[in-house]
Amino acid sequence: MPRRKGAPEVNAGSMADIAFLLLIFFLVTTTIETDAGLDRMLPPIEPPTEEPPVIKEKNIFTVNINKNGQLLVEEQIMDIKNLREAATAFLDNGGAPQGSPEYCSYCKGKRDGSSSDNPSKAIISLKNDRETKYATYITVQNELVGAYNDLRNRESQRLYGRDFVKMEAEYLNPETPSSVRDDLKDKVKTIQDLFPQKLSEAETSSN
Amino acid sequence: MKRNRQKRKAPSIATSSLPDIVFILLFFFMTVTTMKKTNFLVENTLPNATETEALYQSDGIIEILVGNPTKHNGIYSMDVPKIQLGNRLAEIDGVATYVLAELAMMPENLRKTAMVSLKIDKTVSMGIISDIKNELQKINMLKINYTTFQGDIFRDIK
Repeated sequence: MPRRKGAPEVNAGSMADIAFLLLIFFLVTTTIETDAGLDRMLPPIEPPTEEPPVIKEKNIFTVNINKNGQLLVEEQIMDIKNLREAATAFLDNGGAPQGSPEYCSYCKGKRDGSSSDNPSKAIISLKNDRETKYATYITVQNELVGAYNDLRNRESQRLYGRDFVKMEAEYLNPETPSSVRDDLKDKVKTIQDLFPQKLSEAETSSN
Repeated sequence: MKRNRQKRKAPSIATSSLPDIVFILLFFFMTVTTMKKTNFLVENTLPNATETEALYQSDGIIEILVGNPTKHNGIYSMDVPKIQLGNRLAEIDGVATYVLAELAMMPENLRKTAMVSLKIDKTVSMGIISDIKNELQKINMLKINYTTFQGDIFRDIK
């Protein structure tokens, strides 16, 4: 009865080698991390006929970066580590007097009359040199976005009890179910309107 | 005789399940990873940032790399930053055409949300980046992303 022994076995000893080869191939050619970065919107090119809108000097927060990476903020030299604090103070100032239409009810700043009236009026103007290092530029961008995010988080915590940054990330994530996203959309929009991101970048100076 | 017996008895490790284990590993890596799209022709050490947002979509993204050319591109000087579009190095006037061509190859529904991911080496100076931004403004590609690593931002500027 030699048939009872069954069909001859397939030699699977080299299967491991083949699989390892495939594995190594995928390890080498692929990357795990998803890209992340600072999202920015470039301004559209203005039609030449349009006159630039008049903006009060006190509503503009000027940041200049020179070619050595030094900062000039509101005409004063500033260390980059203090930038976030200064930008937050400017945005959160709410200088318009109580009763005026521009009065900011949720601001917790100093209410200094010589600084910004209202977060929706406040503009941060960033100017850099052609020789400025990209790393410095990103650091400044990061700190300015950080100032907005800090304030938005604060208001989001007050209104909805959770961080704005997390809400926005969940809203932007395509894996979030659409019912949750619709709910988040309004909340994200509300917070964004409280502190709209107005970050203007002027033409770079060439000297 | 005794010795011979002992040798014969030495147990062998069962390797028949090894392929299964390796296949599981293989499938894991196949699902969690994405293919590298381009080879780097330029040095590309991204700067660090903390306030980053993830780029969830992977299709509607046009990458522009900037950095000093790496060694094996003999024709270019290694000290002058170059722009890498797809798999070749280019000058600033090639940016607009490249982005428009990439945009035309995308499916229609992605074009509206298409984004330019700027992967720029941290040692590059801002001049060339302003030029790229100007080119993008001209063709109305306004959504950009400064792609960065996540990490302590003050490490870069010291």
